[in-house]
Amino acid sequence: MSQVNSGAAGPSAGSDVAAATASTKRNKPQYHAFTQQQLPACKPILSPHMVIPVLAFVGLVFIPIGLACIAASNKVVEVVYRYDTKCVPGNMLHNKVAYIQNASIDKTCTIVLKVPRDMKRPIFIYYQLEKFYQNHRRYTTSRSDMQLRDPKQASAITEFCKPEAYAANGSPIVPCGLVAWSLFNDTYSFAHRRGRGGHTEALTVIKSGISWRSDRGHVFGNHVFPKNFQNSSLVGGGQLDPTKPVSSSANFRAFFLLPSSSSVSTMMDGDCGGVQLSEQEDLMVWMRTAALPRFRLYGRVEADLGAGELLAVEVRNNYNSYSFAGKKAVVLSTSGLLGGRNAFLGRAYVVTGVACFVLALQLTLLCLDDFILKIYYDKAGDLWLSRGWKTFFHEHHLNAGDLLICTFDGHDLLTFKVFSISHCRVLYDTSGVAEGGEDPQVSGA
Amino acid sequence: MRASTTDADDRPLVELAVVAPTPSTSSPSPSPSPATGPAASAPGFSRAVRCNARSSGSASGTADGDGLSSYPGNAISTTKYTAASFLPKSLFEQFRRVANCFFLVVAFVSFSPLAPYRAVSVLLPLVVVVSAAMAKEAVEDWRRKQQDVEVNNRKVEVFDGVQSFHETEWKKLQVGDIVKVKKDEFFPADLLLLSSCHDNGICYVETMNLDGETNLKRKQSLDVTAGLSEEHSFHSFKAFIQCEDPNEKLYSFLGTLYYGEQQYPLSPQQILLRGSKLRNTNFVYGTVIFTGHETKVMQNATEPPSKRSSVERRMDKIVYLLFAILLFIASFGSIFFGIKTKAELNPGSYAWYLRPDQSSIFFDPNRASFAAFCHFLTSLMLYVCLVPISLYISIEMVKVLQSTFINQDQHMYCEESDKPARARTSNLNEELGQVHTILSDKTGTLTCNSMEFVKCSIAGVAYGDSLTEVDISYGGIEEASGYNVRKDSTKSKRSVKGFNLTDGRLMNGEWTKESRRDAIEMFFRVLAVCHTTIPVTEKNSVEISYEAESPDEGALVTAAREFGFEFFSRTQTAISVHEYDPVLGRKVDRTYKVLNILEFSSARKRMSVIMRTEEGRLFLFCKGADSVILERLSKDNEKPCVTHTKRHIEEYSEAGLRTLALAYRELAEEEYAAWNKEYSSAKNSIHTDHDAAVEKASEDIEKDLVLLGATAVEDRLQNGVPECIHKLAQAGIKIWILTGDKLETAVNIGYSCNLLRKEMETFFVTLDNSGANAPEGCSQEGSRMAPYEQIDRKLQDARRKISLKGTSTPFALIIDGNALTYALTGSLKDSFLDLAVDCASVLCCRMSPKQKALITRLVKTKTEKTTLAIGDGANDVGMLQEADIGVGISGAEGMQAVMASDFAIAQFRFLERLLLVHGHWCYRRIAAMICYFFFKNITFGFTLFWFEAHAMFSAQPGYNDWFISFYNVAFTSLPVIALGVFNKDVSSSVCLEVPSLHQDGVNNIFFSWSRILSWMLNGLCCSIIIFFGALNAVLIQAVRQDGRVAGFDILGVTMYTCVVWTVNCQLALYISYFTWIQHFVIWGSILIWYTFLIIYGSFPAVISTTAYHVFWEACASSPLYWLSTLVIVVTALLPFFLYKITCSLFYPQDHERVQRTNSKGW
Repeated sequence: MSQVNSGAAGPSAGSDVAAATASTKRNKPQYHAFTQQQLPACKPILSPHMVIPVLAFVGLVFIPIGLACIAASNKVVEVVYRYDTKCVPGNMLHNKVAYIQNASIDKTCTIVLKVPRDMKRPIFIYYQLEKFYQNHRRYTTSRSDMQLRDPKQASAITEFCKPEAYAANGSPIVPCGLVAWSLFNDTYSFAHRRGRGGHTEALTVIKSGISWRSDRGHVFGNHVFPKNFQNSSLVGGGQLDPTKPVSSSANFRAFFLLPSSSSVSTMMDGDCGGVQLSEQEDLMVWMRTAALPRFRLYGRVEADLGAGELLAVEVRNNYNSYSFAGKKAVVLSTSGLLGGRNAFLGRAYVVTGVACFVLALQLTLLCLDDFILKIYYDKAGDLWLSRGWKTFFHEHHLNAGDLLICTFDGHDLLTFKVFSISHCRVLYDTSGVAEGGEDPQVSGA
Repeated sequence: MRASTTDADDRPLVELAVVAPTPSTSSPSPSPSPATGPAASAPGFSRAVRCNARSSGSASGTADGDGLSSYPGNAISTTKYTAASFLPKSLFEQFRRVANCFFLVVAFVSFSPLAPYRAVSVLLPLVVVVSAAMAKEAVEDWRRKQQDVEVNNRKVEVFDGVQSFHETEWKKLQVGDIVKVKKDEFFPADLLLLSSCHDNGICYVETMNLDGETNLKRKQSLDVTAGLSEEHSFHSFKAFIQCEDPNEKLYSFLGTLYYGEQQYPLSPQQILLRGSKLRNTNFVYGTVIFTGHETKVMQNATEPPSKRSSVERRMDKIVYLLFAILLFIASFGSIFFGIKTKAELNPGSYAWYLRPDQSSIFFDPNRASFAAFCHFLTSLMLYVCLVPISLYISIEMVKVLQSTFINQDQHMYCEESDKPARARTSNLNEELGQVHTILSDKTGTLTCNSMEFVKCSIAGVAYGDSLTEVDISYGGIEEASGYNVRKDSTKSKRSVKGFNLTDGRLMNGEWTKESRRDAIEMFFRVLAVCHTTIPVTEKNSVEISYEAESPDEGALVTAAREFGFEFFSRTQTAISVHEYDPVLGRKVDRTYKVLNILEFSSARKRMSVIMRTEEGRLFLFCKGADSVILERLSKDNEKPCVTHTKRHIEEYSEAGLRTLALAYRELAEEEYAAWNKEYSSAKNSIHTDHDAAVEKASEDIEKDLVLLGATAVEDRLQNGVPECIHKLAQAGIKIWILTGDKLETAVNIGYSCNLLRKEMETFFVTLDNSGANAPEGCSQEGSRMAPYEQIDRKLQDARRKISLKGTSTPFALIIDGNALTYALTGSLKDSFLDLAVDCASVLCCRMSPKQKALITRLVKTKTEKTTLAIGDGANDVGMLQEADIGVGISGAEGMQAVMASDFAIAQFRFLERLLLVHGHWCYRRIAAMICYFFFKNITFGFTLFWFEAHAMFSAQPGYNDWFISFYNVAFTSLPVIALGVFNKDVSSSVCLEVPSLHQDGVNNIFFSWSRILSWMLNGLCCSIIIFFGALNAVLIQAVRQDGRVAGFDILGVTMYTCVVWTVNCQLALYISYFTWIQHFVIWGSILIWYTFLIIYGSFPAVISTTAYHVFWEACASSPLYWLSTLVIVVTALLPFFLYKITCSLFYPQDHERVQRTNSKGW
């Protein structure tokens, strides 16, 4: 790269020289710990002496954390039921796409789940879709944040909203884009039977408060009403009630990829009795796109379920996951401090902790008394250096030809003076900053 | 296309700044008449100057006006840019870098719908980086501009054409103007000397800025113009000059002066060059010939060759490797994307939610291959962070700071000369740590180049008893303490610069008691008279100091002064000396009338002065090399005296001293008269053989000399040179000395500075006398075979010896310039180099500057290791520019070497610290920094890739746009710079105590491919751990107690947090030196990330998109987020930890051992 002082051609250089010789001021660099690179510093070195305690400490901390995480995860009760094939009549199994696209078939199906353990309220209900690439770049960008936020910006349709940007009459669709258009619209309603032979009791699924607060107030504006939604030639997913600001009536309909003519206005009220419909939280949850083929919040049930109780789930199997062979499942889960059931975190802690611990042990074994030099007298009274000598040799960069003068205090301290082959005394820097050094000393037995 | 262009000799050398003085050939042969001059002029000889035509130019018609105005003004501009050209030109410079260009293309593409994220987030870092680099350029150029303005506005007196001189700025000068330059002023342009304050038109100039020589040069005007020494005399002065076109040759000039109907040839003697300075002369008048950029000094100003360090060259390769990785993963992704896209319409994978039936062209399943191509472009943008845009600028900043440390190092500051070390270029810092061979000049580099008169031999008696350096160092290193004692003792007595002779028999007039009193008197007189020195009397001091052409001469005159023969004044025709008269017993003033000065030249190797004493006797005083003087002695010299002197000379030269023999001769009047006639005719001849004729004439009078004795001048070794060379040798650096000195002198210096040691086996490769004396001209094949074979045999002998003895004994090779001319030709080149590489020390003597450069290139290209050349004089410039690193000694010999160097130090001994401490640190820092840079970008880039692989290869970035943009700029940039600037593996004292650490750099182990690739592998590991760890920890299940699940946003933040923590903690693990700065930047960077996340997240959702409120609302309140960060970061650091421990336990490297030794507090 460029020269610091480049291009100093003759005359200008001359002026430098002139200035340098003319001025009698001293060019001596000022002392400053920074410029002399002598700032006080600590110098941790990855030596076994430092590493072993650190590793042991990590192990000691991580293993309990891991166990705690596993315990927390195990406390969470989770029931998963995959229904995408179960809810298709046997005679339609060979052509599930045709089944789901046929509007004339009633797609209600009832599943019975058994509660494995006691589930304390709140119980969260999720739908689970697989092989649905909500993280596809085309999909994630196909939305208009402006439009969602500001009622006046209804026409702020981005390029990426296409082909769900404008209705047939040319007016903008609110909310536009593929994300909103493909809104999930299977519905679940729950009833449970207490004990054997007990009476069936419907469970209220609460759908308020399932979205993030920031979505409710800020990302989705309060006065934005759905317009032209799902009324083009193809209908994607769920419907939205155009009379409610950012809220949907629970008109979850299954008019997937049907010509709209066959699907007009067979509006059925959602029969999940008592669902609060003040906000369109389903849409908000849906539009917070997932990172993977994934999991989605549906609602929660404020009721405790006992172990062994049976739970009847009435599923309206509307959503077309058959086209892309995606699985669908309904999930009930309690939640702990760390959220849902997931053994991974705990295991990761335990594995890492154990690994550190084992490593620390191994290192300790390897370096045990590595730096103690064994000295013994033989019968003739001669002094011998034995174990540790090799390390000592390497540690001090001794070479063949070096001269060592050893002073033994007769008990346990052996002091060396080292002279190199050039007869210079080799000094060992003790602190790094302080110049000069001390002689190596070794304690022995 | 030639396949092999390897022969180094064929390529032109770097233009040597010292152009050998070309003997001025005859004056232009058929001189055109003044009238037809400009029109009929030959090419290359077309300049026409009308002196004093400024006022009349307008009046005397258009022809003149045109002729004059075609020459540019005297204003100079050394800036790279003008205000108008700055933008386009500097932009062009910036985008010549591959990486920048790539980013520019990416930025353009990012405006298209192909962009995976918003264009502004791609563009902003590019704009920041480019504008920072451009700002730097602008500041540098602005400084140059300031210098130019200062120079252009200097004042000079110009004749207004009518009556008087008045001041004007340099930039207003025009060709033909007559200017008056006063003492100690710089010449504003190239001038023709018309007259000076001296009657004969003589003036003295200092050309230090041109050729680095500190001595004064004498210039003399033509006799016809010498009389114009009054202001008013220029009123009527009209002349016309025809001369050569502007060129860069400093020592040649051809031209003709047309004045008063006569033609006069012009020579370099009359030319005063811009850049030099008027000295010892009150004023001169001159007419401007070349102005501004046409002056010789400006024509000579070439940009020094830009050097790049090997680390940087390798870095380029890594950047290319990263490009390859980038292209690979981009095309890999594109292929999969193509396949997946094509399958979108198939039943069973019909992703209706993407509307493949109505997709845009970028996702059209029916044209999947085109979509794949578009995807490829998009991926390039996505993985742009693999090729770090900020790498270059970070490295630049780091290097500038490193240079500051070099400049500020107090241990490399020289008290005596008040000069600190200077890193003149910042891009070779790390190369210092990899130096394998040092090629050193001797005089002025190893030695002080301040000559000291230490011994003399007069009439066969040796005087002077002081020990020389060589005597001392023969005693060996053990006596280092004694050495210091002597130093102190010499300091205690009154020291005279250039004189260090202690002998009671000569000092304080005691010499009058010696038996050969008359010879001694004559000896001193020759010393005091036979020279070209100019005495300078400082205003407030009684002492007279001397301006000498060479330090040797200065020492001799000083010695004469000390002996009581004080030379105090010189006029054109006389030399005056305070002499001690033994008869009168007091000092008397004597004046010698100088008749002729036969000047010194390297061919003649002697100089003589012919003078008449006050008594009217005629003498010729001569001093010169012993070989030349001894063969010109008369028969009637006393035999024992001559043999004694010869023996003394031999002893002196063995002791590493420079010797000169002194002789005289008394001339008879008639003989002189006859000779003088012949001599002046030879001198006045203007033929091509002018020089030869003068030499021939000189030869005739310099014979039958009477030998007086010999002087021995010591070129003192600089402080600490032997210790420094010892250390460097311990560090495994090979040291070559390239010197112009004699073999004996060089060998002795070699011993005294520890380069040659007694236990070494030495090989001498020289030509036998017959061959050596053969003039170089007759190097035809026939006469050349013999020496060629001779050298070949010697080289082979030496090789055989080495193979016999093995590596147990160190070897030294000594070769002289003559032998080298053969050793550098043909196949001998390789065998010579093989031999030289096997030798621990190499000494080349009698080298020309060009040979120095040639050797340097040879070593550089053949060993492929880093070479460092160190020198102080103008003759080293070629060598300095040729070597990988040029180090200039900013000593006595001017600035030329320093100007051509990359680093400037005041003394040789600072080289030890420069290489072993700064070189070591800089190399380690830069190497670590670059490796780490790639590590962090791979870590980051590959998390993106893993994510993309989970998103149907749709080039969906896993993070928010701005996270990606700020990664290199905000969250990781400062720690990496701190690593590059402040990290220290070992302290400076350890670097100096364990010089073997330097070998790490020579073998390049910190920037070897294995090291680079393992860092990259580490990055890959980290990215895998981070991505899959984060994926499994936060996805699928709820992440919080309120049952909410993590989406794209939370996963991105978690991963990003892990990346920021991991790369910064990795750095913290790697760093072995923590000052508050490191702590501040590392932990600060992590803090910046959280701060950024909070601030950015509080922007409206339309701007912050997925980052909107994500930290406060989703992450910070979720224990899972914190816990998973902890475990992922620790796990990601484990592989490095493990590797490091394994290495240091089982395969410890030198520096680690040293570190541990130091840390344990032994």
